[in-house]
Amino acid sequence: MTETPLIGDFSPMPDSGLSGARIGVITFPGTLDDRDASRAVRIAGGTAVSLWHGDHDLKGVDAVVIPGGFSYGDYLRAGAISRFAPLMEQVIDASKGGLPVLGICNGFQVLTEAHLLPGSMIKNNHLHFLCRDQRLRVENSDTAWTSEYAAGSEIVVPLKNQDGQYVADEKTLDELEGEGRVVFRYVDVNPNGSRRDIAGISNAAGNVVGLMPHPEHAVEAGFGPDSSAFGDVELGGGTDGLGIFTSVLKKIVAGAK
Amino acid sequence: MSERVDARLETADEAKNEHAEFGYVADAVEHIEGRKFNIDTVKHAEETPDTPLPWAELGLKEDEYNRVVEILGRRPTAAELAMYSVMWSEHCSYKSSKVHLRQFGEKVTEDMKKHLMVGIGENAGVVDIGDGWAVTYKIESHNHPSFVEPYQGAATGVGGIVRDIISMGARPVAVMDPLRFGAIDHPDTARLVHGIVAGIGGYGNSLGLPNIGGEVVFDSVYQGNPLVNALAVGVMRHEDIRLANASGVGNKVVLFGARTGGDGIGGASVLASESFEDDGKPAKRPAVQVGDPFAEKVLIECCLELFKSSVVEGIQDLGAAGISCATSELASNGDGGMHVELTSVLLRDPSLTPGEILMSESQERMMAVVTPENVAAFEAIMDKWNVEYSWLGEVTDTGRLIIEWDGEKIVDVDPRTVAHEGPVYDRPYHRPEWLDGVQADTFNSSAAERPSSGEELKAAVLELMASPNMCSKDWVTNQYDRYVQGNTALAMPDDAGVIRVDEETGLGVAVSTDANGRYTYLDPYQGAQLALAESYRNVATTGAVPMAVSDCLNFGSPEDPEVMWQFAEAVRGLADGCQELGIPVTGGNVSLYNQTGGVAIHPTPVVGVLGRFDDVARRTPSGWREDGQAIYLMGVTKDELDGSEWANLRGHLGGKPPALDLAAEKLLGELLINASRDGMIDAAHDLSEGGLAAALSDMALRFGVGARIGLGEVCERDGVDLFTALFSESQARAVVSVARSEEVRFKDMCSARGFAHIRIGVVDTENQALDFQDQFSLPLAELKEAHEGTLPKYFA
Repeated sequence: MTETPLIGDFSPMPDSGLSGARIGVITFPGTLDDRDASRAVRIAGGTAVSLWHGDHDLKGVDAVVIPGGFSYGDYLRAGAISRFAPLMEQVIDASKGGLPVLGICNGFQVLTEAHLLPGSMIKNNHLHFLCRDQRLRVENSDTAWTSEYAAGSEIVVPLKNQDGQYVADEKTLDELEGEGRVVFRYVDVNPNGSRRDIAGISNAAGNVVGLMPHPEHAVEAGFGPDSSAFGDVELGGGTDGLGIFTSVLKKIVAGAK
Repeated sequence: MSERVDARLETADEAKNEHAEFGYVADAVEHIEGRKFNIDTVKHAEETPDTPLPWAELGLKEDEYNRVVEILGRRPTAAELAMYSVMWSEHCSYKSSKVHLRQFGEKVTEDMKKHLMVGIGENAGVVDIGDGWAVTYKIESHNHPSFVEPYQGAATGVGGIVRDIISMGARPVAVMDPLRFGAIDHPDTARLVHGIVAGIGGYGNSLGLPNIGGEVVFDSVYQGNPLVNALAVGVMRHEDIRLANASGVGNKVVLFGARTGGDGIGGASVLASESFEDDGKPAKRPAVQVGDPFAEKVLIECCLELFKSSVVEGIQDLGAAGISCATSELASNGDGGMHVELTSVLLRDPSLTPGEILMSESQERMMAVVTPENVAAFEAIMDKWNVEYSWLGEVTDTGRLIIEWDGEKIVDVDPRTVAHEGPVYDRPYHRPEWLDGVQADTFNSSAAERPSSGEELKAAVLELMASPNMCSKDWVTNQYDRYVQGNTALAMPDDAGVIRVDEETGLGVAVSTDANGRYTYLDPYQGAQLALAESYRNVATTGAVPMAVSDCLNFGSPEDPEVMWQFAEAVRGLADGCQELGIPVTGGNVSLYNQTGGVAIHPTPVVGVLGRFDDVARRTPSGWREDGQAIYLMGVTKDELDGSEWANLRGHLGGKPPALDLAAEKLLGELLINASRDGMIDAAHDLSEGGLAAALSDMALRFGVGARIGLGEVCERDGVDLFTALFSESQARAVVSVARSEEVRFKDMCSARGFAHIRIGVVDTENQALDFQDQFSLPLAELKEAHEGTLPKYFA
């Protein structure tokens, strides 16, 4: 496993050999970051495939991203209705067969509602929507979505949510810690009161990962955070989130060989 | 008992009481869902000419009502009265402002119009930014609803302006919110700040629109009248522009989106016309609309799919005055006629009367005109997005807008008389007598002491940067999503928000909104031009070429001749200023009656300038980062403290606002744009409120990098003392940081164009301070703490 230098220009890499990997990006009616997630897949060198929540077909994709947003308005509870979307049944089934699935923000909430991941998300402890550039530690680099990072390395990606406080009972939290399933942890500041500073977790197999902050907004120089955990960057030059997408693409390509 | 003519569904007895109150003859009672309900048909109106109608309660003046009777040749029906009253309200008809706003159209040269694809009069103006791309943007007010119900008022303000953008055929790509509140420590201010900020975030964040800028100002003049203005930007290809008109006889008229409910009934005519003094009337809370951002998000996507599939001929959003506005505007802008069956409207509240349905301001609704061949395709798209719709009628060539209720005619009007031929007032105005006294009362003649020693100046800078208007607005802007859509190249706290339009080329736009109510109070003509100048300067400071103006004119009561004079002067100033700068007004909004207890707000013309980038990668941020770069002050500093932020901190408001030189502003803009394009500068920040002290502090805090500053030469050259150099608000100035290798080129450029420039310091990454040589040193940590602590102290 090589560590990718996550600084500088990660414009599309046509010769990277990853373009054969097809990542599905699900759109619910209230999904907001679907085009951003697709862009991140493209910048990482893969092929993004749009998936519609009402369909029954995963179109043979190699992995799935459930992006952020307010899937069905989320007036009841974030993600509570979307888990019943026709496509989610396919995702649940396929994930059990090892399909890599990443839920970002609202997508993480959907994954907990679908019981693919334990715990739940409640309103931020300060009760406000919060948008900030957040430092995270990658605690587990063995998942499908984090293999490009060194365990213990840190990244800066935008955080933006209203219901981002991760909660679970003590037993579940102990299990997650014990099994190395806490994948990302907030560093410096716990922005929402999440238990044990948890920002992201995985299932036992490591193919399903949920992450509250938004790595898809730290993939393109000029449009990301002003800082990086890997050193000084230009204005908006933070691309620390790109490794999430290259991780899964490389895994897919390696698995196909 | 309701004051409305056709109040709600009632039992037969109640209905009769209602009739008795208004002298109705209950000869047309319909049975709906087992309950009884009176219909005032056209026929009934003809037969009962003497029925008194509550036109005054609906906001019409007697002569206006008489004009309606004259137009119709009979008394209006209840439904017609509802339509005329909302459409002829100040908010919808611009009746007091029209005669002045004409200047925006008259003072425009052909050259100014060359990039203008759609001008004033449509839902929003459209500007050609090249490569087949067009940008539409507009700013609007939602002041009165936001005072009554801060969360929903602010939320639906965002929703309304976004629908204006969608109805032009564009994908909304960004929002901005200039906000003005009362005194920061007033007990009611927290209620408004919390509600309004959460409402803007709650709605805009849920739509997936980056919030890229705006303003937050505190001044006690806004205590009873907070200003909540909302700006939205949309992007489209040239061929996708859609206009609001109903053309093609036989084409179908469809209403889609949210169902129609009882919210916001009468909002447009009642809320925007009266003050909130306790006059014994029932609370007006229910008149504020309630927003559902999820419904709007779905509406955006489904409208974009409609446009892409070319299945709509014309489209109009439903905002103020709801169906009244949409039907009359669509009809009068098209072939002139429309026939509508009102019982087809899907209702959230089945008890609504025809007049209420026509006036309802329920959010997240759109009206479209569709050819019969495209009906099936239209319905398929609605079904895909689970959007409800109902076919209301069709386009005719009769020149009449006919609305029926279960086959009985309740509206029969010429739609132009509703939408475009409302009353126009040339209200009397005169220069206030008090103004001479105010202008004579200069800051320098006041008792306020001027800090002079190093320690005093250091304390003054800290006080300034911690003050409500100059402090960090992070507490507000961190509640907004600035990342979504992935095209935000600059946002708060930089001078302007910058959005990429074309991902291949980097083509993009910059937008800034600005106003200074104190300047405009001291001199409305010049104050409006100063707002324009600042917005123009902000856009140019980021490196964008200014192209267009949208304005939101917030004033007191037009019935007060002194307020009307402020308005007339501000519009004249703005129109003249735009002509001199060569950028047209593309649209905007007027908000009058912003006053409580006879006291008006400061005249507050908020100006939003839009600029264009060939490539947003060239944008210039407002802070320096590179060690050793030279810091230059561009422009000349005069002793101009009247109306300044410093004078405000000392409780002084008098004198005349800073002098304005639009030619110098234009030249400064050109220099900043060239410097950005040629890579000469790495940071730039305009000087405005708080002067050089605020600009240098902002630039250091942007990336937490200090500098060594010496202002001796500036003081000597411009003949001012150090305090004046730091706190004067002289215009046409900016601070830039220049790489050593570019210094000669930069100086040559400024010299060649004859623009004053002087080196005032150097960026210093080692010393974590703003070091004013031989005077004082301001540690960045101390400055940051003062700057960022204020809003959390009051609101967190």
